[in-house]
Amino acid sequence: MAPQLYEWHASQLVERLLKMSELLEICEQIVNKAADNEQIEAVAIYSRETEVRAYEGEVESLTAAESQGVGIRVVKDGRQGFAHAGTFTLEDLIETLSEARDNLEFATPDEFCEIAEPDGVEPVALNVYNDELAKVATEEKVSMALELERCTREKDSRIIGVESADYSDSISESAVVTSTGIYASSKETGCSLTTYSLAEENGETQTGFGFSIGRRLEDLDIERAAVDAVDRATRMLGATKPPSGRFTVVLDPWVSAQFLGIVGGTLNAESVQKGRSLFAGRQGEEVANSSVSLIDDPTDPAAFTATSTDGEGLATRRNVLIENGRLNQFVHNSYTARKDGTSSTGSAIRGYSSTPGVGVQALAVIPGELSPVDLIAQVSDGVLVQGVSGLHSGVNPVSGDFSTGAEGLRIRDGELAEPVREFTIASTIQKMLSGVSGIGNDLQWLPMRAAGVTLVIGELTVSGA
Amino acid sequence: MDTKRDSESLLDADLLQRSLQKALHKGGEFAEIFVEDRRSMSAIFDDGRVEELTSGRSRGAGIRVIAGETTGFAHTADLTARGIETAVESAAAAARSGKSESASVKLGRENKNSLKVEKLPSTVEKSKKVDLLSQANEIARGQKEEIVQVSVGYGDSRRRIQIANTDGLFASDDQIRTSFSVSCVAAGDTGLQTGRESVGHTVGFELFDEIDIEEIARKASQRAVTKLGAVPAPSGEMTVVVGPGGGGVLFHEACGHGLEADLVGKSASVFAGRRGEMVADPMVTLIDDGTMPKEWGCYAIDDEGHPAQRNVLIDQGRLTDYMWDYLRARKEGRTSSGNGRRQSYEHLPMVRMTNTYLEAGTSTPNEIISSTNYGVYVAQLGGGQVNTATGDFVFGMTEAYLIEDGELTSPIRDGNLIGNGPQALLDIDAIANDFAMGSPGTCGKDGQGVPVGDGTPTLRVARLTVGGTAA
Repeated sequence: MAPQLYEWHASQLVERLLKMSELLEICEQIVNKAADNEQIEAVAIYSRETEVRAYEGEVESLTAAESQGVGIRVVKDGRQGFAHAGTFTLEDLIETLSEARDNLEFATPDEFCEIAEPDGVEPVALNVYNDELAKVATEEKVSMALELERCTREKDSRIIGVESADYSDSISESAVVTSTGIYASSKETGCSLTTYSLAEENGETQTGFGFSIGRRLEDLDIERAAVDAVDRATRMLGATKPPSGRFTVVLDPWVSAQFLGIVGGTLNAESVQKGRSLFAGRQGEEVANSSVSLIDDPTDPAAFTATSTDGEGLATRRNVLIENGRLNQFVHNSYTARKDGTSSTGSAIRGYSSTPGVGVQALAVIPGELSPVDLIAQVSDGVLVQGVSGLHSGVNPVSGDFSTGAEGLRIRDGELAEPVREFTIASTIQKMLSGVSGIGNDLQWLPMRAAGVTLVIGELTVSGA
Repeated sequence: MDTKRDSESLLDADLLQRSLQKALHKGGEFAEIFVEDRRSMSAIFDDGRVEELTSGRSRGAGIRVIAGETTGFAHTADLTARGIETAVESAAAAARSGKSESASVKLGRENKNSLKVEKLPSTVEKSKKVDLLSQANEIARGQKEEIVQVSVGYGDSRRRIQIANTDGLFASDDQIRTSFSVSCVAAGDTGLQTGRESVGHTVGFELFDEIDIEEIARKASQRAVTKLGAVPAPSGEMTVVVGPGGGGVLFHEACGHGLEADLVGKSASVFAGRRGEMVADPMVTLIDDGTMPKEWGCYAIDDEGHPAQRNVLIDQGRLTDYMWDYLRARKEGRTSSGNGRRQSYEHLPMVRMTNTYLEAGTSTPNEIISSTNYGVYVAQLGGGQVNTATGDFVFGMTEAYLIEDGELTSPIRDGNLIGNGPQALLDIDAIANDFAMGSPGTCGKDGQGVPVGDGTPTLRVARLTVGGTAA
């Protein structure tokens, strides 16, 4: 018999400003409905966002947004069912729980299917929430966006326009409660500036972006974002298609972070267990150049994706995936860990509308000693890649085939030379990791689940004219 | 017919009218309320078992208030009068024109739309949906011993929307989509390879009366197995022939995005200022058509309440028009082309494609291939990306072959192709008579994903850069 839900009072919770205790309360009330033979996990999120977009000296749009959602997972006899809702009304919560219960009836039993249990690992105390951001007046945000647009536009006479100049911030809270004893919550703030410039010369247009991110308004650097956007665009003016051939390729931090993100995606235990990872069965083997150590550490407060608990409410931790070129471990959630007879690495990733997946959360290589300039000085004939496109369409993380559109600058005799565009770089993920021949000292955390650093990779195929 | 489909209004006219009026009083020149109620169901079969069924529901309203050049936007999941009022206040606060319009808003009768659906997915038993998954899994696994993993996905969604604005527009739509996909992994001496096939239409569960899941499963598994024998893709500029269906992605990237009026208006498109010009060979006619029955990108009205339209973008080589939403059309003093779309009530609408396709030509596919000395034949494309300001675009190939002496020879490994939009259009030198629509897609722009369709007959581009590793 399914327990009844009539005594809920969650409908009162649709207030403009939910408090963390209320998210936990919503989850707790759902989880309290668990029958003796079932496990329930509830996750709830609430966030407030502001986005200001400036265009030609005016505010093009100003968005004030509130988002919320709840996800309910029910496990019974090795089967799981899931349902989610974007509202917290009593009616919707009741329907969501009953849908999740109904859905599990159709799943195939799996002995490893269970809700996570507390594992005794204490979450680190992370200071990723800043109260002040909530108090900043909208006018101040608006003026930052306008200033960013003006600054980008006026930096260089070749800038003919700014496609978009945005200020955005978010304050978000989340909670995970389970009938197995997990009771976790987290909250964080973030703000960013992003600008896209259009540069023109001799009838040719090039684009460039710049950004600045932080947890407090004071972290944001308008000048830096504008300069980057202008530099990235103007230095591409006059770009031609390079000849096809094999070159040493230098990935700038923005590009290397995206590459590392793809590598990270192949190192999760779910892909390995399901036979979809090119690294399956290679634990302990040499998979990268010995200079490469790859760490996933969501407890590092410098990472913008830092979090003290994962999607199942377990404490996050520092995981060494590749150590001096050797494949050390994969990341696990509680399901993949149970299946492999190991423990979760605190790597469950999810939104409220999905069941926990497995993945890296804050990935970085251990930086090297040389500056980007010093690394480039060692390249006699190569290409510096500052932007890639089509990573989603030309990279196959199962087979390892890697091919992506690119733009950047030629490197000749250790110096940056003319701009090049409309070419691809191609190899395989395996060969690229082995081919790393230089790692910069310029590690920077970016608005993604990975940090970037200048990476030199030998012998990639450049396809151009 | 689906008698069970309720057609009760999402919000009542009085509340909408009052709220719009309030937005004008607060200083807006134009205001719009977009209400959405979305239900979805998905099921995944993976690693030999029904892994999970997921049900989802979200609903809320997005409120847009425009004053001068500024749009104020707020959204709320609270559809009570109080929730809407609060959101109206926050949207209006952002768009302050200083004046207060006292003009009254008069909504007429709600113009209710819904595309015809025969079997409402929510009335179909979950067990039937799950059966399809295991059936496809067995077929895919049974094809070849090299198949080591199979994942099958089912999804349906019902999206009810309602739009009211201060021009008096008051309309609603009821959009139902159903999709099915099979992904396979094959293992061999050369490592792992993948194959995928998917189908999706703006229809209900009758999708499965029209499609053959056995064929979908077979195609996905065949694709993975064939690629085990693939050679590295060539590198450099060469002739590229794209098979029927798949080539739509090429047009979507090479010129589709560049013809969106919001990008054109900001000079962020290489096609800005080129209306009326010849941009391709006269054999090229490109159409964006939101009315194509059952296609993945179709609807009765767009997310601003404008009816879907068939828009000719390139007519026999000549660029005829861009695609428009309300805001961009208003600036130009014209009407929208029915291309104002948004991912959900939490997003502002912008100009988006619907179903974009190239009209058939007169050659036969065989003529095109046999007259190609050397190049690449792309049978399935895997998505793409474009920088509309420079025109540089890429698209991926997930099933492709070498063309040698006018014949398809070895399969080649996955990779991207790169080209420049305006040049690629000019380089199209052959179009066949075998038109087909491609797989359902999700088009991403400025962080928003919307369902789109595309289609082409077999076509040839004289020169594109293939991004492989072979010398």
